[in-house]
Amino acid sequence: MSTTTSSPSVNLKPETLARIDEVITHYPVKRSATLPLLHLIQEDAGYISEDAILWIAQKLELQPINVLEVVTFYPMFRRAPIGRRHIKVCRTLSCALLGGYKTCENFQKEFNTTLGATSPDGEVTVDFVECLASCGTAPVVLIDETLHEKVDAAKVKQISAQIRAEAAARK
Amino acid sequence: MPAPAQHRIIFQHIDEPGYSNDIDCYLRNGGYEVLKKAVTQKPEDLREEVKKSGLRGRGGAGFPCGFKWSLVDRKSGKPIYLIVNADESEPGTFKDRYIMHQDPHQLIEGTMISCFANDVKQAYIYIRGEMPEGARILEKAIAEARAKNLVGPNILGTGYSCEIFVHRGAGAYICGEETGLIESLEGKRANPRIKPPYFPAVLGLYQCPTIVNNVETLCHVKYIVQHGGAEYAKIGTPGNTGTRIFCVSGHVQRPGYYEFPAGTITMGQLLNDVCGGPLPGRTFKAVIPGGSSAKVLRFGERYKGKRKVGTDMVDYDWGVEDVPMDFDSLAMIGSMGGSGGVIVMDDSVNMVEALANINAFYQHESCGQCTPCREGSLWMKKISSRMVHGEARKEDAALLKSVADQIPGRTICAFGEACSWPTQSFLIKFKDEFEGYAEAKKNLPADRLSLV
Ligand SMILES: Cc1cc2nc3c(=O)[nH]c(=O)nc-3n(C[C@H](O)[C@H](O)[C@H](O)COP(=O)(O)O)c2cc1C
Ligand code: SF4
Ligand code: FES
Repeated sequence: MSTTTSSPSVNLKPETLARIDEVITHYPVKRSATLPLLHLIQEDAGYISEDAILWIAQKLELQPINVLEVVTFYPMFRRAPIGRRHIKVCRTLSCALLGGYKTCENFQKEFNTTLGATSPDGEVTVDFVECLASCGTAPVVLIDETLHEKVDAAKVKQISAQIRAEAAARK
Repeated sequence: MPAPAQHRIIFQHIDEPGYSNDIDCYLRNGGYEVLKKAVTQKPEDLREEVKKSGLRGRGGAGFPCGFKWSLVDRKSGKPIYLIVNADESEPGTFKDRYIMHQDPHQLIEGTMISCFANDVKQAYIYIRGEMPEGARILEKAIAEARAKNLVGPNILGTGYSCEIFVHRGAGAYICGEETGLIESLEGKRANPRIKPPYFPAVLGLYQCPTIVNNVETLCHVKYIVQHGGAEYAKIGTPGNTGTRIFCVSGHVQRPGYYEFPAGTITMGQLLNDVCGGPLPGRTFKAVIPGGSSAKVLRFGERYKGKRKVGTDMVDYDWGVEDVPMDFDSLAMIGSMGGSGGVIVMDDSVNMVEALANINAFYQHESCGQCTPCREGSLWMKKISSRMVHGEARKEDAALLKSVADQIPGRTICAFGEACSWPTQSFLIKFKDEFEGYAEAKKNLPADRLSLV
């Protein structure tokens, strides 16, 4: 990654900037705010750009590599934009025993996409994730911030229809 | 024998109609009375009660909580931190989720009592990144408690001050390991630290003494301070005091969470009476009793030996169904109670395919610092996945086992054991199924569920 001398450009909402300044005060050592800042920026901008990494490094008085190595370690941070909705299907054993793989396949079919890719209409990205700590209501799916439980074939259809309806309403 | 009745002390209000997660509801139900009482007592007396209670940690290792607290370096002059481990990431475990979402003030009260008992001025709740709603609920609950002077400066006019902040993870299982968690909270990759010297009680967060406890453990502390350590110790069995929450998932009629006095219910009672037995037309084949790292138990196998009952040594001869669900009995038969996650597999499951699923998890989650763990988990995944999706050979059984055998004891953290135990135990208990997989695969139903 290149280190530029000009200040990196991130276009963050004022609320995000305010929350960033507040969250830094939670820790006696600024570096601890790395994960919170990455979350706040990803929620605002959709992904972590190179400039975002440089910006966080400046803000927390770190080297850019200190931020980059964190971004690449944690699965939730992404370096590129994804679909408008993020469908994360649990892949782990208890969900798989009750059809998690089928659920994941069904979502891919519904949106004409493949695992890890964004649907042609830009609406969704379907991913597998590991155990979501809701194994008793398997198979489970986390869509953006909402957990869906016992997602069988019928429920995939119903959820997909709703996502499409919401997308149509936006247009 | 029919199963005993549930005894809900931690899950008392979970799923209770009309019970909400705001502070008014909590206060109506007697909330924060225990904290009010606690701050009038001496911290060392509170610690003594926890010691007397025999409470063992509910995060996985079952380490005695009172003893853990006694290891904290109180002479260094450095601040002492408390971290709530809310990473809940061991596959099969789903109990902390419900406490945090439905009864967050129970956790905050338990945390504040534990902070007061240990002279902690700053606590962090490390919640896994995949629980954004849980994080918001906790933040709101802390703000409510702060507004009522139950968290923050000069709590209830006592001169004691303590803050709690919520810190979100970002999808890495290894953050559940306490020193990985500490690194993560310091803003770094969650690479676990080597012990010694980095015991959190002495050199934890920011190289200061640090207590890491599981969400559920801290809720038990609240109950102990409320009722006294001796009273608490009367619940359960000696050495396994209090209640245990079992999270049952997989192939049973009624999966879910069930709280019982520790050691008073057997695996058979839990799975048959409480969870309704196997699915129609099926029989139980295997069960993992304490989160996916625990060694698998095979229905039909017998465990024999001698055990202590009171002061006597008595012979035991158990099938899986007869095993009491406590830390010690499960350890005695070669597995563990761990985090309470019970994963059940019936006779529709092929064990090679189930193991391939588990191995993919551990390969994905290894932090990569130690060669035996990084390479071993990768090869275990590659071999077992190839067996399922490509060519399977008889010798793969021995190969898998030999890879697994080279990991434990040679790594920085207990993930090394966690990732090798499934392969070791599956290969010992279902050896025939692994050796015969190439042949068996030809006859497995083509429309069976994929597990990997
Ligand atoms: C690989 C690994 C993963 C772990 N994951 C968790 C977890 O998700 N939640 C948890 O409370 N403890 C977890 N632990 C155990 C913690 O390291 C630590 O022992 C525990 O939080 C201590 O709390 P307790 O004494 O109250 O149980 C894990 C340990 C290992 C080795
Ligand atoms: S055992 Fe595995 S997870 Fe633990 S420190 Fe070593 S490489 Fe990382
Ligand atoms: S295995 Fe899917 S939530 Fe735990």
